[in-house]
Amino acid sequence: MINKIAPSLEEAVGFIQDSSTIMIGGFGTAGIPDQLLEVVVASDARDLTLIANNAGNGDDGIGTLLRLGRVRKMICSFPRQSDSFDFNAAYQEGRIELELVPQGNLAERIRAAGSGIGAFYSPTGVGTLLTQDSEIREINGKTYALQFPLFADLALIKAETGDRWGNLTYRKAARNFGPVMATAARRTVASVRNLVDLGDLDPEAIVTQGIFVNSLIQVDYSTTRPGGFK
Amino acid sequence: MKFKLRSREAIAREIASDIADGSIVNLGIGIPTLVSNFIPEGREIILQSENGILGLGPKPKDGEEDFDLINAGKQAVTLLKGGSFFHHADSFAMMRGGHLDIAVLGAFQVSVTGDLANWHTGQDGVIPAVGGAMDLAVGAKQVWVAMPLFTKEGKSKVVAQCTYPLTAKACTSRIYTDYATLACTPLGLKVLSLAEGLEIAQLEELMRLPLNQSLQSD
Repeated sequence: MINKIAPSLEEAVGFIQDSSTIMIGGFGTAGIPDQLLEVVVASDARDLTLIANNAGNGDDGIGTLLRLGRVRKMICSFPRQSDSFDFNAAYQEGRIELELVPQGNLAERIRAAGSGIGAFYSPTGVGTLLTQDSEIREINGKTYALQFPLFADLALIKAETGDRWGNLTYRKAARNFGPVMATAARRTVASVRNLVDLGDLDPEAIVTQGIFVNSLIQVDYSTTRPGGFK
Repeated sequence: MKFKLRSREAIAREIASDIADGSIVNLGIGIPTLVSNFIPEGREIILQSENGILGLGPKPKDGEEDFDLINAGKQAVTLLKGGSFFHHADSFAMMRGGHLDIAVLGAFQVSVTGDLANWHTGQDGVIPAVGGAMDLAVGAKQVWVAMPLFTKEGKSKVVAQCTYPLTAKACTSRIYTDYATLACTPLGLKVLSLAEGLEIAQLEELMRLPLNQSLQSD
């Protein structure tokens, strides 16, 4: 029998090795897997590379990891927000490496990793600082820059409803990076608000298929707080 | 000659009146966000948000905010009938794949040939942040910029050549400002409309840029 429902948050996330690369879902505060991040904070893992759209909102989760100096590198599209003060401090003090990736290239690099694409040419960022070291190629009269996939050891995502096969649905725009990140990590862990019996999710409405998910855990529902303002 | 500058709302209203019925539009932060308040009655415009929403509706009533339903600026919004949610790779496929008619964006600088600089001032100590700006700039069929024409120091933000790092080359087709609405053409700037009482010669002097007289619309 397949049962991916973990008995505890710790067992859902599993052991995190030093120097791991971790993808974290979320855009602003929507879709951040807060409870899963608490497990990362409580572990001893250091020298981490984090892949997320933003560089932390407020004091907890990514913010805590940054403040404690446990993040070596941040790969994200928009690290400058009014509530990402921990990243701000780490960056100003030269304690962290930043790889800034345009949001669409970030999503597509993750998608490429999860779908077996070796690399792809994107028009985004051509002629800018962000592709100055990239291979540039003209295809059918348009100029593109070569982009490579982004893999992770672990992806932590927040979904709405799941079943024991790991099938997932999401809530509104909290979906954001979840479905693509789920495909691109060696281990994908989802927190869900509701667990349902196999067959209770509408097959037409399943967004992430269970084959992309290694483990899921039900967490208490908490209202998404505002945050991430520019 | 005395002239009357346009308010942020007036700029947003002019942009809204220029968006054709049925258009798919992405609105950036600042003046662009205001455009949604001025869509003329009878026109159906579908707003796209980079974080996976088509069919963005107005701000919710006080107390009814849901922060799983936010725009690119992380402000609470609503969803119109027919609206839908999707993941980030699909959202940016919509942009790069040429499925958006118009992106209305803010800017630090725009060049006369439409180069756009709106993500980074390049100053030391400022954390660079790009978000979806570069994807929108290359992906939308048309990029319109909405901004005050001058910096607080009185320098024109429409320039012969951008000094700030570029977002994308030659992507901007129109610039809506408090002084005038301009079109970027391969031959230079064309004036589409002027603030009440302002004359082209006066604007040229203020901007220190030639506005090609032969290209004027009237």
